[in-house]
Amino acid sequence: MNKLMAVVAGLLFGVGLAASGMTDPAKVLGFLDIFGDWVPDLAFVMGGAVLVTLVSFRFILKRQAPVCDTTFHVPNNTTIDKKLLIGAALFGIGWGIYGYCPGPALGALVYLKQNTVIFVVAMLAGMWGVHRWVK
Amino acid sequence: MTEFITPLVGGLLIGLAATLLLLFLGRIAGISGIVWGAISNQSDRLWRWLFVWGLIIGVGLYHAISGAPIPSYDMGPVAAIIGGLLVGVGVKLGSGCTSGHGVCGLGRLSLRSLAATATFMGLGVVTVSVVRHLL
Repeated sequence: MNKLMAVVAGLLFGVGLAASGMTDPAKVLGFLDIFGDWVPDLAFVMGGAVLVTLVSFRFILKRQAPVCDTTFHVPNNTTIDKKLLIGAALFGIGWGIYGYCPGPALGALVYLKQNTVIFVVAMLAGMWGVHRWVK
Repeated sequence: MTEFITPLVGGLLIGLAATLLLLFLGRIAGISGIVWGAISNQSDRLWRWLFVWGLIIGVGLYHAISGAPIPSYDMGPVAAIIGGLLVGVGVKLGSGCTSGHGVCGLGRLSLRSLAATATFMGLGVVTVSVVRHLL
C-alpha cells in the first residue's frame, strides 16, 4: 500500500509540475522577473498547492499516525539560523540562473535534454559536496 | 484569464500529492530531501525511488495525454553546471527546496520554512533581475 501510494503521489506531483509550467525554465524565469516583463501565472502553482496543504495537513497531523506507518516523519527543527538562510539564498541564486528547482529539474529528465542531465548531475554533486564537507 | 487555469490545477495536484504522501506514508513531499535519501545509503530507499520515478513519468504522461509541447528553453551547459551546483549546495545546506519548505512547510505554518521560502524567492528575483537587466 505505501509503495503504491509513493508511486501515485509521485505521478500526481509530476503531472502537476508539467501542467503548471514549472518544468519550463522560460516560464519560471519570467515569473521571477518581477522588475521586467513579469509573468505572474506561476504564483497560482504555489498558491494552489499551499491552499491544499494548509487545509489537509491540519487534519492529517491530528491523527496518531499515518495510514501506512507508526509515526509521522515531520521535521521538528524550528531554528532560523545562518545555515538555513545561506542555503536558501544560494538555492535562490541557482534557481534564478537556470530556472530549475529540484523537482522540475528531475521531472524534466524525461525530455531527454543534455543540459537538464548536466543540471541534475551538478545538483547531486552539490548536495554530495555539502554532505561530505559541511558539518 | 485561462493562462491561470493550468498553473492553478497543477498547483492543486502538487498539493494533493503532498497530502497523500503525508496521510499514507507520514512523509513530507520535499523533493530535494527525497532525492538525497534515494541516492544516499539509507534504509528505506524504496518509497523514495518509487516517488522519484513516478514524478519523472508523471511529467512525460502529462505531455503524452495533453499534447502540450515539450519546453524548448535551454540556457546552455555552463548555466546548467553553475545553476545545478548552487541549487544542490543550497538545498542541502538549507534543508529543503520549493516543495519541502514552500508547499509543505508553509502548509504546516512553519516559520523556519517561511524564512527559507522568502529568502530563496527573494534571491531568485534578485538573480533574474541582475542577469536580465544589469549584466
